[in-house]
Amino acid sequence: MKSSVITFPGSNCDRDMDVALKKFGFNNKMVWHDDNELPKSDLVVLPGGFSYGDYLRCGSMASKSKIMQSVINFAKSGGLVMGICNGFQILVETGLVPGVLLRNKYLEFICKNVFVKLDNKENTYFKNLNKDVLEFHIAHNEGNYFCTKDQLKEIKDNNQIAIYYCNSEGKIEDQYNPNGSIKNIAGIFNKEKNVLGMMPHPERMIDQSLSGEDGSIFFKNLINNIK
Amino acid sequence: MKVSAIITLKKDVLDPQGKVIHQALDGMGFENISEVRQGKYFEIDVNEDDPSKAKAVVEDMCKKLLANLVIENFKIIETQ
Repeated sequence: MKSSVITFPGSNCDRDMDVALKKFGFNNKMVWHDDNELPKSDLVVLPGGFSYGDYLRCGSMASKSKIMQSVINFAKSGGLVMGICNGFQILVETGLVPGVLLRNKYLEFICKNVFVKLDNKENTYFKNLNKDVLEFHIAHNEGNYFCTKDQLKEIKDNNQIAIYYCNSEGKIEDQYNPNGSIKNIAGIFNKEKNVLGMMPHPERMIDQSLSGEDGSIFFKNLINNIK
Repeated sequence: MKVSAIITLKKDVLDPQGKVIHQALDGMGFENISEVRQGKYFEIDVNEDDPSKAKAVVEDMCKKLLANLVIENFKIIETQ
């Protein structure tokens, strides 16, 4: 299975993602933002970081970089595109997934482990996962998901909410919402469910001695679903 | 020709920075404030002599990059 991780100026989770993808069997290539063409890929990942120093709005400049036209075309033709953290911010700026990510409600940079509840397993990312609650890591300043009322109705109607912030038992309540996201939303699909944007970092949970294994569960399942 | 654009958050979008600034101003003794909203201001020198053309270019920039229309409004405010 072939994957590509895009590196923008200021990306800093690109190599972590490369390590994670390779660990679980992807033949991964790093792709520079200034390239025109994506290599042949089964999965494209927009990694976390601070692309373009978060200037203007997080992800706004990266969303206009050269490679993104090729990524957008790939997504529109049904290709799997996953954006993590800053990658999620880039995805919303391209319009591939609806909504925006605002400053965290309490103006803090949040760096901690959180639990997320999967809402929809009828997609390549979560199909066949035998867990409903996963422990991932978040590290962001702008993860406060917001969308208009009309957009919220649309994403609910189309089952586009991918994951919610919750507690270890999967309870989705205000007190488990780290950043003020509308409805505790931590990740969103596009309508067709081939594009996934999420704030949590599965690539940081691939080693028990470092953090946890829920990222391993996610990646192992993902590559099996793509095969 | 210089064209300016002001980007403001839409009314129902939470502005935590504006809220904190409001609190700080309040603490400094500026008590007669009901709300503070923070925005962005751009001054763009366009190589164009026709004011309406220059404004149209900046409007296009606002729609495509400078503003995110899900949460922000923009206003082209002056030309020189």
